[in-house]
Amino acid sequence: MKVIIMGCGRVGAQLATLLDREGHSVTTLDNDAYSFRRLPPDFKGEALLGDGLDEEALKKAGIEEADAFVAVTQGDNRNVMAAQIAKHIFNVPKVVCRIYDPLRRDLYSLLGLETISPTTVFAQLLKEKLEG
Amino acid sequence: MYIIVIGGGRLGYYLTRALLDEGHEVLLIEKSAPICQAITGEMGSVCLRGDGCETTTLAEAGTGRADMLIAVTGDDEDNLVACQVAKYKFKVPRTIARIRNPKNETIFKKLGIDVTVSSTSIILEHIEHEVPSHPLMHLLTIREKGLEIVDIKIPPGSTNIGKTIKQLSLPAESILSLIIRQERKPTVPKADTILQAGDQVIAITPPESEDALRSALIGD
Repeated sequence: MKVIIMGCGRVGAQLATLLDREGHSVTTLDNDAYSFRRLPPDFKGEALLGDGLDEEALKKAGIEEADAFVAVTQGDNRNVMAAQIAKHIFNVPKVVCRIYDPLRRDLYSLLGLETISPTTVFAQLLKEKLEG
Repeated sequence: MYIIVIGGGRLGYYLTRALLDEGHEVLLIEKSAPICQAITGEMGSVCLRGDGCETTTLAEAGTGRADMLIAVTGDDEDNLVACQVAKYKFKVPRTIARIRNPKNETIFKKLGIDVTVSSTSIILEHIEHEVPSHPLMHLLTIREKGLEIVDIKIPPGSTNIGKTIKQLSLPAESILSLIIRQERKPTVPKADTILQAGDQVIAITPPESEDALRSALIGD
């Protein structure tokens, strides 16, 4: 599977590492080269410097042949916009994006995006721990 | 009309003032408290502090009864989301987004935004008009039809001078509508019209053929 991951923060880098170890073809995209320090030395995928909202950068990352696109930058709106570009402009079969704001997440799931709100998920996990 | 403006930067500020002067009911949503205070001090209670992309803020602003939402922050993605939330959650009939990256125009349109205004393209066009040596100027865009009207000047050294219109290999979808010559009244070009140095050709073309049209007219 060819996967593009936009945002090479902790989550993005971790996901890239996991998929890379399983033998998938991974491209991580970030607009700050310093973020790529989080990738392990044996990472076989590609680390590309560029803006995930820019069509040219996405094409360079190989979005036209990608099977999946994941948007995990710090900004909800950046993730939402990139995910919509991947889904509606480039017709990537599987698109997932992170939206911290639960209300915004609800709206975009209604609009057909596959979304995860870490806020909701983590609060739920914490609650379960407390109820242990 | 009830109009909501997102983003209290310079553009949002002047837009709010202009809309208020026209007698509209306007609410400006701005994240920064000091900017919000300054605007309230000057224009009265027209500013709500908050994130215009958040459903709660927009609910507080009474977006459900808004006739129009205009997002003019400096970030294209924020303007997109504010307009989409307004449109799909609050059913605002008309959403307008400012965009900085002209490439986003088609993307925004595809994602349901009614109108986009590209500040970059507008400034570029205005500067083009002021650069006399620039061979092609955009006069007008007919957006619904996907056409633009351009003005192309035949430079003195062009290899096309002395040629007739039919000798040029013009793109089929572009049409030359007028030729303006110095101190003479404009004429409608015909197949046997001969090009002269300094001719100003007014043409209608789809944007994709603009480059082909320009090189066909200007020659080498």
